[in-house]
Amino acid sequence: MTLEARHVLEFPGGYTRTTGPVIGRFLTELRDGRLVGVRTAGGRTLVPPLEYDPGTGDAVTGEFVEVGPAGTVESWSWVHAPRAGHPLDRPFAWALIRLDGADTSLVHAVDAGDVKAMRPGLRVRPRWRAERTGQITDIESFVPEVTKIVSPVRTEYVLKPGLALARFLEGVAAGVFVGCRCGSCHKVYVPYRLSCPECGIAITEEVEVPDTGTITTFAINNLPDPRAPEVPFVSAYVLLDGSDVPMITLVGGVAAHEVRQGMRVRAVWVPEEERTASMANIKWFAPTGEPDAEL
Amino acid sequence: MREIAVVAFAQTRHSATDQGQSEPELILPPLDEVREKTGLRKFGFTCSGSCDYLAGAPFSFVSALDALGAWPPISESHVEMDAAWALYEAWVRLQHGDVDSALVYGFGKSSQGDLREIMTLQLDPYYLAPLGLDQVSYAALQASAAKVDRARLDEIVRRSRADGRANPYALDLPDPGGDAFEVEPLRPYDIAPVTDGAAAVVLAAGDLARELCERPAWITGIAHRIEPHYLGMRDLARSASAAEAARAAGAGKGHVDVAELHTQFSHEEPILRQALELPESTVVNPSGGPLAANPVMATGLIRVGEAAQRILDGAASRTIGHASSGPCLQHNLVTVMEA
Repeated sequence: MTLEARHVLEFPGGYTRTTGPVIGRFLTELRDGRLVGVRTAGGRTLVPPLEYDPGTGDAVTGEFVEVGPAGTVESWSWVHAPRAGHPLDRPFAWALIRLDGADTSLVHAVDAGDVKAMRPGLRVRPRWRAERTGQITDIESFVPEVTKIVSPVRTEYVLKPGLALARFLEGVAAGVFVGCRCGSCHKVYVPYRLSCPECGIAITEEVEVPDTGTITTFAINNLPDPRAPEVPFVSAYVLLDGSDVPMITLVGGVAAHEVRQGMRVRAVWVPEEERTASMANIKWFAPTGEPDAEL
Repeated sequence: MREIAVVAFAQTRHSATDQGQSEPELILPPLDEVREKTGLRKFGFTCSGSCDYLAGAPFSFVSALDALGAWPPISESHVEMDAAWALYEAWVRLQHGDVDSALVYGFGKSSQGDLREIMTLQLDPYYLAPLGLDQVSYAALQASAAKVDRARLDEIVRRSRADGRANPYALDLPDPGGDAFEVEPLRPYDIAPVTDGAAAVVLAAGDLARELCERPAWITGIAHRIEPHYLGMRDLARSASAAEAARAAGAGKGHVDVAELHTQFSHEEPILRQALELPESTVVNPSGGPLAANPVMATGLIRVGEAAQRILDGAASRTIGHASSGPCLQHNLVTVMEA
């Protein structure tokens, strides 16, 4: 049998401690929302104030000077899971803060929201409690200075695709890729366009190209994108058979690490009843299983 | 100075959990062991180190006297510190010249409470304790200030735990792993384990030491230094007090074969190595050190005991036992021993 007892060590109401004039002055100023340090005989400013200069052991002078309220983080540690006794109930930093005008550092909490916001040199200011009683906890925590703001931007438009893209999407709605051939350089462009960007002349010859092609280059995207079918996803340049300029598309139906240059692919169309005049008609391009093409 | 040596050392097989023994029950076996090793039943002076907050009861150390047989009355003292400082007091007492032997012991059961918060109670009550600054949090501030490379910390823990597994008195802890932070930048394995245990050392002067033991570990230097308590008043990246204590103890006057360092966190090892100016050839914490067993209040004494044992065994000829107290290595004691 295991015998155990719960035991609590507690001093009801807490100890009463006298502060003395030096610490008492600091806590009194703190209650008024001010931070002060004490001058040593050597001219250093100790914050928080101590009765004796830790460097010499001499009594400090009676001169108090206002410091801060801003300060600079010298070093910090990050509490991922706050404990019951901690000053904040969400992740926060402990920091050594050199208040402006002080020659020593104050230990306190920094409510930075995220560990990524912490760095040596971070500028912080106290967040005061509304009800102050003359305790170090009259400062609830320090918070980073304002260095950026968020500006929402939103405005609405009605867009038409233009004549060339409208023609191309009309083809996509019907399940075909519409391209065009330049009368001067004879290059075949997909999607369809009304002028040759190389020759600078109008294009009049429309051509239809098959929905098979070859991957010329690709990228694996690991960041989620609302338009992506899955993560990671592959976006690739596919040179459709019979065209001269590749088209950017998604590649799917294959593990991202197996995608390669020269891979033969075919468009995977959504069922006919779901088609609209949009690129959403093509779920992605999937490997055909043919041998790789020479590029 | 009188010649004084460590002539016997014993410790419990430390435990990560409460094995149901009271403190006097815990301390009795190591006391018996050093009494048997030396053949002494009575000592000129007895001194112990412990912390009432570990048990949560005032004067709890008094009950440990039951393991001593303090009748007729003995000459006895206690420090509310790691027992390494009890050893220091005993060394000073032996310098008086009227007694020739001293028994020193320390014990702690940190399994009984929450050590991280018990350690908050040692902090200054005006500026630090009210913040709820716990032991791991302030240690993490020092680790951050010291900017020690993560791979180096991992290697220190891996080595300490492997050495601990080879030490029958230390805990069996697995190789470190996992990338969670306890308080960033410290991972859970950077922290010395909660441990219950006790240890005892016998000091003897001059000819008595030579009688009691074939190869006494002569204390050729012992000194302790302290720096300001408040963390913001010192450079946490280094330990000025450990460096000063090492100089005062003459640590650098010869090659140090083995150094047992009171490292309760992995990042303290590089800080102390630098402060004590230990060369790469010095073996640090071959016992596994506190990262493999940390019976608080005995841990520092065990460092002296382990370092002495290398000399008693003939495995080393000059060693250092280091002990620390207070937040972020505030107070450091360095003991240099030679064959």
